[in-house]
Amino acid sequence: MAPAGPRSGDAIFASVERVNAELFTLTYGAIVRQLLTDLEEVDEVNKQLDQMGYNIGIRLVDEFLAKSNVSRCVDFKETAEVSAKVGFKMFLGVGASVTNWDAEGTCCSIVLEDNPLVDFVELPDTCQGLYYCNVLSGVIRGALEMVSMKTEVTWLRDVLRGDDVFELQVKLIKQVPEEYPYKDDE
Amino acid sequence: MIGVSKIKQYSNVLDKPLSKGKQEVSLSAFAFLFSELVQYNQTQVDNIAELERSRLEDAGYAVGARCLELLCHREKGNRRETRLLGILSFVHSTVWKVLFGKVADSLEKGTEHEDEYMISEKELLVNRFISIPKDMGTFNCGAFVAGIVRGVLDNAGFPAVVTAHFVPMEGQQRPRTTILIKFAEEVLRREARVG
Repeated sequence: MAPAGPRSGDAIFASVERVNAELFTLTYGAIVRQLLTDLEEVDEVNKQLDQMGYNIGIRLVDEFLAKSNVSRCVDFKETAEVSAKVGFKMFLGVGASVTNWDAEGTCCSIVLEDNPLVDFVELPDTCQGLYYCNVLSGVIRGALEMVSMKTEVTWLRDVLRGDDVFELQVKLIKQVPEEYPYKDDE
Repeated sequence: MIGVSKIKQYSNVLDKPLSKGKQEVSLSAFAFLFSELVQYNQTQVDNIAELERSRLEDAGYAVGARCLELLCHREKGNRRETRLLGILSFVHSTVWKVLFGKVADSLEKGTEHEDEYMISEKELLVNRFISIPKDMGTFNCGAFVAGIVRGVLDNAGFPAVVTAHFVPMEGQQRPRTTILIKFAEEVLRREARVG
């Protein structure tokens, strides 16, 4: 039987079970509020959100690979395209596009059209340094690390801070070759 | 540069038009997020009761409070429920439908006490991918949902104590979840007065 080709983000999103985005938004808001109450320092909250995202990302990538049937990506460009077009669509139901490639092809920007995490959200003056959606940067970092790519993900533009779109910069630091945990002759 | 930005800038978040509530995310995205919520709170507390009550329920309380405002405005045209049965059926039907995609399985009045009501669900959405280890006893992540219900009831003027319990069912592997609502004295007195 011929293996099925990669499925489009829309097709997968239509086939998975879905929940109301508002439940998701409000739950995320509750998480951020708890973190702010516990940690108080905005930088600590950013770090914790990134860590939570990392934990999610390392498990999310398994589901992504299982459901989307993508074949091995040839280079980082393809990786970024696939995660933006298929990944964001199938989990968050929003499209994303990849822009601003640098000369070597190791650094790009992912621009989100829409972001269900930030519905109803406004940053107060006391939290101006907060990257509210930092969990997303952790998710991307975690997911890519599980497929042997060490990356650094930062926010370039954030609507909650006054910009017009959400833009993440994804920079490939290095490709880590897969290591087998045991020797062949044992 | 020609580009279409879907997010229009509003100076005040309150000026943004309210969405219709039809947008969806994948269940796994929510399940991952919820599991992170529970895992984070586990590191912050020492015992299960505190985990359930003060952390998960409080998180749910905040969600419930906002749900009430959003749904009252969007679904019910800003009409406020004043009767006990009215608010219970609001929770059981409208709130459940919007948050979980279906009305709750059942709404029952407690037989032993006048002030107790129970909303039951065969499998709570939040508990679907969660298994409780034996050493955590009666811990139920449905405490988050109990918190949502408490948030809705409290902010609607019906203070209550809301808890989540597992009820083992015959012939089913996974127990049913019951949200037990115990209304405060004043609610029952007011209800009796209104007649």
